[in-house]
Amino acid sequence: MGIEKTRRWFFEQCGVGLGAMALGNLLAEAGLASNDPLAPKKSPLPAKAKRVIFLFMAGAPSHLEMFDYKPQLEKFNGTLPPADLLKGYRAAFINPNSTLLGPKFKFHKVGSNGAELSELLPHLSTIVDDLAIVKSMTTDAFNHAPGQLLMNTGTMQFGRPSMGSWVTYGLGSESRDLPAFIVFSSGKKGPSGGNSCWGSGFLPTVYQGVQFRGSGDPVLYLSNPKGVDAQLQRDSLDSIEKMNRMHLDVAGDPEIATRINSFEMAYRMQSSAPELMDLSKEPQHILDMYGAEPGKPSFANDALLARRMVERGVRFVQIYHEAWDQHGNLTKDIKINCKETDQASTALVKDLKQRGMLDDTLVVWGGEFGRTPMVQGGDDGRDHHPNAFTMWMAGGGIKPGLVLGESDDLGFNVVKDKVHVHDLHATILHLLGFDHTQLTYKFQGRNFRLTDVAGNVVKELLA
Amino acid sequence: MKRRRYALIASVLLSIKIEAQPPEVRAIFEKSCYACHGPKMQSANLRLDTQPERAIVPGDATGSVLYQRITGTGDAARMPLGGKPLDAAQIAVIKRWIDETKAPTHWAFLPPVRAAAPHVSNPGWIRNPIDAFVMAKLDAEKMKPSAEADRTTLLRRLSLDLTGLPPSPAEIDAFLNDKSANAYEKQVDRLLASPHYGEKWARMWLDAARYADSDGYEKDKQRSVWFYRDWVIQALNRDMPYNEFVIEQIAGDLLPRATQDQIVATGFLRNSMVNEEGGIDPEQFRMEAMFDRMDAIGKGVLGLTIQCAQCHNHKYDPIKQEDYYRMLAFLNSTHEANMAVYTPAEQMKRADLFRQIREIEGTLQRRNPGWEDRMAQWESRVSANLPRWTILTPEVDDESTGGQKYIRQKDGSFLAAGYAPTKHTVKLKAKTDVRNITAFRLELLNDPNLPLNGPGRSIQGTCALTEFEVDVAGKKVKVAKATADFNQPERDLEAIFYDKTPRHRVTGPIEYAIDGKDETAWGIDAGPGRRNQPRNAVFLLEKPISEGAFTILLKQNHGGWNSDDNQNNNLGRIRLSITTAAGAEADPLPAGVRTILQIPPGKRTQEQVQTVFRYWRTTVPEWKDENARIEALWAQYPEGTAQLVLENRDDPRETHILTRGDFLKPAALVTPGLPAFLNPLPKDAAPTRLTFARWLVDPKTPTTARSIVNRLWQGYFGTGIVATAENFGTQCEPPTHPELLDWMAVELMDGGWSLKKVQRLIVTSATYRQASNVTPEALARDPYNTLLARGPRFRVDAEIVRDIELKASGLLNETVGGPSVYPPAPDFLFQPPVSYGPKNWFEDKGENRYRRALYTFRYRSVPYPMLQTFDAPNGDSSCVRRSRSNTPLQALTTLNEPFSMEAARALALKTLREGGKTDAERLTYVFQRCVARRPTAEESRELLGFLEKQTARMREGWVDIWGLTGEPPKLPDGSNPVQFGAWTALSRVLLNLDETITKE
Repeated sequence: MGIEKTRRWFFEQCGVGLGAMALGNLLAEAGLASNDPLAPKKSPLPAKAKRVIFLFMAGAPSHLEMFDYKPQLEKFNGTLPPADLLKGYRAAFINPNSTLLGPKFKFHKVGSNGAELSELLPHLSTIVDDLAIVKSMTTDAFNHAPGQLLMNTGTMQFGRPSMGSWVTYGLGSESRDLPAFIVFSSGKKGPSGGNSCWGSGFLPTVYQGVQFRGSGDPVLYLSNPKGVDAQLQRDSLDSIEKMNRMHLDVAGDPEIATRINSFEMAYRMQSSAPELMDLSKEPQHILDMYGAEPGKPSFANDALLARRMVERGVRFVQIYHEAWDQHGNLTKDIKINCKETDQASTALVKDLKQRGMLDDTLVVWGGEFGRTPMVQGGDDGRDHHPNAFTMWMAGGGIKPGLVLGESDDLGFNVVKDKVHVHDLHATILHLLGFDHTQLTYKFQGRNFRLTDVAGNVVKELLA
Repeated sequence: MKRRRYALIASVLLSIKIEAQPPEVRAIFEKSCYACHGPKMQSANLRLDTQPERAIVPGDATGSVLYQRITGTGDAARMPLGGKPLDAAQIAVIKRWIDETKAPTHWAFLPPVRAAAPHVSNPGWIRNPIDAFVMAKLDAEKMKPSAEADRTTLLRRLSLDLTGLPPSPAEIDAFLNDKSANAYEKQVDRLLASPHYGEKWARMWLDAARYADSDGYEKDKQRSVWFYRDWVIQALNRDMPYNEFVIEQIAGDLLPRATQDQIVATGFLRNSMVNEEGGIDPEQFRMEAMFDRMDAIGKGVLGLTIQCAQCHNHKYDPIKQEDYYRMLAFLNSTHEANMAVYTPAEQMKRADLFRQIREIEGTLQRRNPGWEDRMAQWESRVSANLPRWTILTPEVDDESTGGQKYIRQKDGSFLAAGYAPTKHTVKLKAKTDVRNITAFRLELLNDPNLPLNGPGRSIQGTCALTEFEVDVAGKKVKVAKATADFNQPERDLEAIFYDKTPRHRVTGPIEYAIDGKDETAWGIDAGPGRRNQPRNAVFLLEKPISEGAFTILLKQNHGGWNSDDNQNNNLGRIRLSITTAAGAEADPLPAGVRTILQIPPGKRTQEQVQTVFRYWRTTVPEWKDENARIEALWAQYPEGTAQLVLENRDDPRETHILTRGDFLKPAALVTPGLPAFLNPLPKDAAPTRLTFARWLVDPKTPTTARSIVNRLWQGYFGTGIVATAENFGTQCEPPTHPELLDWMAVELMDGGWSLKKVQRLIVTSATYRQASNVTPEALARDPYNTLLARGPRFRVDAEIVRDIELKASGLLNETVGGPSVYPPAPDFLFQPPVSYGPKNWFEDKGENRYRRALYTFRYRSVPYPMLQTFDAPNGDSSCVRRSRSNTPLQALTTLNEPFSMEAARALALKTLREGGKTDAERLTYVFQRCVARRPTAEESRELLGFLEKQTARMREGWVDIWGLTGEPPKLPDGSNPVQFGAWTALSRVLLNLDETITKE
């Protein structure tokens, strides 16, 4: 069959409900590489994780109140830190030579590995055996926007692709009617890094994160415009498609076929996204487990939606929850943050596990840096601190029940098993079946990658 | 094996010929190699007499395939295959030849040379030399160009390319009816002369200039830079020579007698982002901005990626880290200035006011002979018994500033920078040997880095001092009296400083700074044209203090509620002094006048005398009326507009190499200079930014002209001749038509750097005029049209998608230039938690709603959704090549966005009004408005069928017509709501066609 005939047959016999795969075939026959940049791809190496949910605690949570118990800090509360510790150290707001501030909450040993979690995390404490807690994270940035960019794109500079974009670029999409990379923003405000946190940088823009909202239209312009009923929308799409098809026959440009496909996927998204977002279909015990309430935007709702998304083939979900930036009012505000997130983060892991999805879904929890052992402003605040902080991960090939790394007695520097942001990225990509040095994109005459020129897979974290 | 392949590739990448081989090498080749790798036979596609570079790595024999094979090292068979191996002497000759061969210079690092247009198979097709180069390549591939596109398609293509707007039906008719031989050229001239030409092509440059209307980073506050955007539009419309265009943007402020326009042009470099997140070190982000400027010059002007050399020597191109910082040194000594600029009308108004003021002053002087003597007497009076002030150098209590940085300056003052909290009280701890301090003086000083030169940090460069206090040992010292050189009459605080409290907050005279009230503050706003002056205030203590240590508190609580927005009202640059004189008061003389008085009277210029007079006359009681008249004139002074620009520092900054680009790790000091592989600066040229700017556009600078003609080409054909428009370095994509690229680059320079001339050549070429329709065979042969055997066809840029919608529907407001506008957008985007902080989006309800998308306000952190969806960059960094995606989100936008619906409704209404009497006539009309051509019979059937069906459904009440159409305006005579509804639905279909948003 000639190419022209194939195309005609294709459109006439199959209608234009064409999936990405079919289109790819058509284009392949026309001598073109698949025009669909989101076609699913196999990872080059064996993968443990197929998808990622990143709970981004923007504003930087205090490791010293939640995960990293420091009795010495308690003991030396109110005294100045040792001078040699501060050599070359810069803080964002405070004079580094400020007095130490002991932890504000009580810690308990939990889980079978004896991990210490604070009373702020009663829910997470119940699933410690499923988590790998990394107490030795370190980063280069100590301001929010650059820190968030580094955690998301591997550099403090704007204009680079985000982790979700890299992953989508590498693996494509498993969903025919939802975006591959979806972003939520809950809490008090949007992240400091803005859209660039999920931008595609120099990668094609199809890989950028699509912002979803927990209420109203989940995606911009998803609903039919006022007055357009379902029939009119369908009739219009049919007419658009027929017109585009006639023109494809004249112009011969495969972009027109891609456009036809885009409109069809848009149409599918119009029904699949509201269905996805409709939490009222979830059983009450699931809603209760997360603390989610249909129709009332919250981190809990977003976490539950994240599960529904990965069930439907979404590759990368990121939930930004601002703001953990407790320069003051630490005790009160961190309690609120934990109340908003602890239960749902825990529920997400449990829920994935009970559905058998935790094995190939990687859950990551953490912010852009940690907080100073030194006090800021009176006796109830901490400044930004890049040297040491804590994150946790679960599922997707991560070793469960692990506590990795240590910070020093004051929680100031990492003293054991340091994990830099680049190492974290290398590890995440490894779990997804990539050698992080090989997942590259050529731009400006050189191959760029998420880990820039650094990064080592943290073997200890692997199951 | 792997290594061999690598070597082959590496040498191919050099992509230029090795010099002819020396005779002794040639002799060996002739004897042993040519049989298989010579003129008659090219085994493995290798021909050693003409292409030895495919087998050697210049300068590296052991790394070269040729050497490995003749010596039998590696795992491949020894050469000559089946023949007698070369002897040691022969091998030595070859080894020396390879080792001594220099890597040829990368083509793009040599200045372009104009090649003669090649001979081609069909000279009749050639319209200008561009076509000869294109056809020569087609000949080589044994391909033929496509036929010329039909006239309608051609005019639509040309209109979209030159102005970004589709042709109107009338324009199409005019062209179709023009039977003259040069009908097409006439259209080219018309469109090149259109004011919309500059709007279309400005977008290309503004991408490279990373233009945006906000600061970026977390706060992402609004900034005022649209004068720069308009400068680009106007420069392109006037066809400013490209070399001048670049020079003015890099160093317009340094040109002799620089005009306002030339200074505005330097906004190019100032488009860098600004981080005013709390807790930053301003120097860190100043350096980030410097890196960004280098990147923009690299990509935008040079077509070179130099960013890598920020941290280390460039891995591929011969740019050392030192070179990078030497280039940066040209740019490093500027202030981040922000100046008031004026529209032409405002400039005339200013000139007129100044003239009137001079007239009144001249009259005063003429009617009062002997004024000089009176002024001299006054001068001696005001020069006597001035208190002596000792400048304090206090320590800043970092925690008291709320994150704002107070940066100490050489003159003992502090410059406020970084985060600007809207309410804070800075504590300044001072120690002094001076005893018996009777008074404090607070000077508010100008600084180029403050908005409009300061002295404050508000967007007007003003500030308010809520309270001035001095503490000694924790106890407040009583201030008996405060005086200032300017006492503003009481007025309500401006709306931008609203703090969501019901308090009645005011600014006023200096007493307000010592009245203990949080609602009142000293204000310094002397009205338009005079508010940005240095001020001073003196605080006389009730009892002198003799303690050597005290704290000065400057309470600044008169900002607004939102510290993430432009609502601060803080002091900008301050200096504190003390005196032991009794009864000290603020010097009423403006600082500038006081400075002149220090010059001996005989040595003052006429202008200086007039400046003194200008102040003195205000103190002469009997000139009350004249002074009042002048005051009234000042009240008419235009407000102007702020614009970010460059201003040179008087004391140049030192530039150091920064280890790994870290501003905290300065290494060796460098002087301004260039990488050695590029053409040098002219001898004896001063190492200034202007010299650098001129060098950038020196005809010998190899990549500048190539880079811009390549981007123009990319604009027309979708892909540049060098596909990597941002990088002409050794790692670039090889050019598809290298001679054509160079020919056009030389043509640009020889043609006085006229961009319009080059573009005229492009659009009048036969290459450009080809039809873009493609057969499956042709598509299979050349899927990406790199050979140009057909015309370009691709979806237009984001802005043009919107412009087509607006133009087709008749909504477009064609005004050129002005402040950025706010078309409809969902409110929630600009509020937390989607946005970091609440952002202003004052949706335009009037004509500005329908301006071209170029004028849409661009927030970096919250890009306008429709533009982002269609791949517009957000201005975070320089972009010279957009991606062009085709996604479901785009479909959702054109289908469902309320603003797109608004366009569909308007198009329907226009069609009912003007589209003719019958549905068939109307269909032709509306179809032409969207895609220029007429519908085919089959298309008409489809669309009229749709119309009929929707008409029936609407008549039967299935569709909520008023929901769809909104309350319609007066419908044209003879039409009814059902018709309006059905045509709205049809218009929507047409606006959603692939063809509508595609250039064919």
